[in-house]
Amino acid sequence: MPDIELQKIKKILDEVCDPEIPVLTIADLGIIRDVKINQGEVEVIITPTYTGCPAMDMITMNIKMALLEQGYKKVKVTSVLAPAWTTDWMSEDGKRKLKEYGIAPPVPLSDETSDRVIECPQCHSSNTRLISEFGSTACKSLYQCNDCKEPFDYFKCH
Amino acid sequence: MIAQMNSSLIDYILHLADNSLILAQRNSEWCGHGPVLEQDIAITNISLDLIGQSRNVYQYAAKLIGGDTDEDKLAYLRTEREFKNCLLVEQPNGDWGQTILRQFLFSQYQYLLYEKLSSGADEQLSAIAAKALKEVAYHLRWSSEWVIRLGDGTEESHDRMIKAVNELWPYTGELFMPAEFELKAGPDVSAFASAWLEKIKGVFGDAGLAVPEKVFMQSGGKTGTHTEHMGYILAEMQTLQRTYPGASW
Repeated sequence: MPDIELQKIKKILDEVCDPEIPVLTIADLGIIRDVKINQGEVEVIITPTYTGCPAMDMITMNIKMALLEQGYKKVKVTSVLAPAWTTDWMSEDGKRKLKEYGIAPPVPLSDETSDRVIECPQCHSSNTRLISEFGSTACKSLYQCNDCKEPFDYFKCH
Repeated sequence: MIAQMNSSLIDYILHLADNSLILAQRNSEWCGHGPVLEQDIAITNISLDLIGQSRNVYQYAAKLIGGDTDEDKLAYLRTEREFKNCLLVEQPNGDWGQTILRQFLFSQYQYLLYEKLSSGADEQLSAIAAKALKEVAYHLRWSSEWVIRLGDGTEESHDRMIKAVNELWPYTGELFMPAEFELKAGPDVSAFASAWLEKIKGVFGDAGLAVPEKVFMQSGGKTGTHTEHMGYILAEMQTLQRTYPGASW
């Protein structure tokens, strides 16, 4: 019984999207660490992406709303810091969706060096350059493609 | 004895949080005033990271203090004398060069300190530090590049960086002079003073800047004796909570 219930909850959570990058679900981001049911109370354990990311409060609220809508009256969202979230936890499906959305997905942590090659999500050229380490949100850097000239966001490796 | 241990730990944690919060507040003064849009975004992003870090640390402090203390009370309702941040982080922004330099000097220190904390015995602090370290690495890379760009830039930018170094250097000694609570509850800061200086010299070398010698070092921030700037920072930062107690966003 609890197993079926857990599956149901996970399915609901699959529908919760990141408020700033709406093509990604929180499952794609890899921030859900665990789901527990204790005496009728649902506890969703998540790990924050960036410590100062304002979307985290919104995500917590959206998780609660999604479960409340489906009839779960007692919902608790717990945030754990360790182990620290890494972009390596992002799903392959999530990375593909990011790219289609126009944001270059993070390279694996092991490949992260100062001379990393980031592929342009528009024309797939590897001839790109970093414009700024910091982009429109805490999780992104700003790049430009030297071939198609399109500026684009890169989801930084973390 | 246990109570004493706890009070040192709380002071130590507040010291960490205050460093991040006050530097964040200073950096945020650039919001809408950055030299170019990308850098306006960069400095405010760093601010956001630092606020996030301070929130994690204040939440931990609030838990240890207990009662009805929370992160907001710790940030908004303590007085100047109760803040335990280093003098360096409260220094005025000056020009862009001075802001960059302050960030670089602090990020290098924070990186070495958080590396120690992340492998420390306190589980909560080590989790917070491990998480923050990833962000600090960015701040450090970004600010080092700027120190080199400006130090090794035009005559004007070079002169301004020398001025910034002379302005801020007297506040760097305090980073490595442990307060009572650091000796009791934190890693030994004096142990990585030379590692810090080597890193600073490396970047200064690339930037064509020299490390000042025989400078009188200011101190007092960690025990609440701040420079004249601190009161103004708090006045601005705390005005809303003090005018409308309990106001929430």
